[in-house]
Amino acid sequence: MYNVSQEQLETIDVVLKEDLLSIGVHCAIIIDVAGNTIAQLDNGRCSFDVVSFAALAAGNFAAVDAMAKLVGEQQFSLHFHRGENESIHFSKVNEDILLICIFGQDVSLGFLRLKTTEVIDKIRLIWGR
Amino acid sequence: MGFINVKKKEVQIKIVYYGPGRGGKTTNLDYINKKYKQRIKTEMVSIKTHGDRTLFFDFLPVDIGKIHGFDIKIQLYTVPGQVKYNATRKLVLKGVDGIVFVADLQKERRDSNLKSLEQMKENLLSHNKDAFKIPLVLQYNKIDLQNQGIPLLTVEEMEQDLNQELRVPYFVGSALAGDNVVETLKKIISMTLISFRKELQ
Repeated sequence: MYNVSQEQLETIDVVLKEDLLSIGVHCAIIIDVAGNTIAQLDNGRCSFDVVSFAALAAGNFAAVDAMAKLVGEQQFSLHFHRGENESIHFSKVNEDILLICIFGQDVSLGFLRLKTTEVIDKIRLIWGR
Repeated sequence: MGFINVKKKEVQIKIVYYGPGRGGKTTNLDYINKKYKQRIKTEMVSIKTHGDRTLFFDFLPVDIGKIHGFDIKIQLYTVPGQVKYNATRKLVLKGVDGIVFVADLQKERRDSNLKSLEQMKENLLSHNKDAFKIPLVLQYNKIDLQNQGIPLLTVEEMEQDLNQELRVPYFVGSALAGDNVVETLKKIISMTLISFRKELQ
């Protein structure tokens, strides 16, 4: 069992809000590889079941990661599902945690990837404290 | 890997139902889902094959109330039991905090129980976990079949096969009828929480 301090969680929330929600991301979630939700921030209009989503996302990410290793890749650098209205972007923060962004057509994938790279660096620093 | 969220004052714990194919893992979760419907806020998630067999996992989150001021959120998972899905079983075991091993009492399933338990030990080792240290409960399932004249193993035989070294609590049950399903769940939850008692104080 592990825990993260209140200060760390609050700083993570600030990063998600300022760097992701501010550019139009509908929902940003940090989960661990076991499927636990560590942080979740949304624009107030997301009403899906985050707990089940986190469990499925962790499973999905782990399955794709295992497939990468089977074909001799360390990992696939882009893990992204495009929908008609909502799309999902996954990124690995470190060996233990993942960042998931749910966003609409008003956010370009390239810009989101740029922002998530910055966010990942910031979260790694916070996580390492 | 249980997670304590100090900000939301909640604890998330992962319990996995493991065991041979068609042993009753999903049926355990189905029963819990029906029995505690009022406490479970969401639908059970099941990733199944067209033949209604578990393909990836079933997932059922259950809130059990507060301990030391923390909301305890239990996340129940099953693994796919079919032999060919071992890679998937390994993935589901990632970050597991407690395990229920659902064994099949039918005589003809003796070998499957043994193989599944051995593979579970290996899979846990691949995540640096030890079956002898992790909270674990055995459930000898399908006792209801004795009324249908189907040859079953005795509890002594099950204990000899599966629990001689592990020496963990066991329940003889029927996931279909709900016998000892809740008792098994309560036992694994209490064992897992005890293993976290230091962190929760």
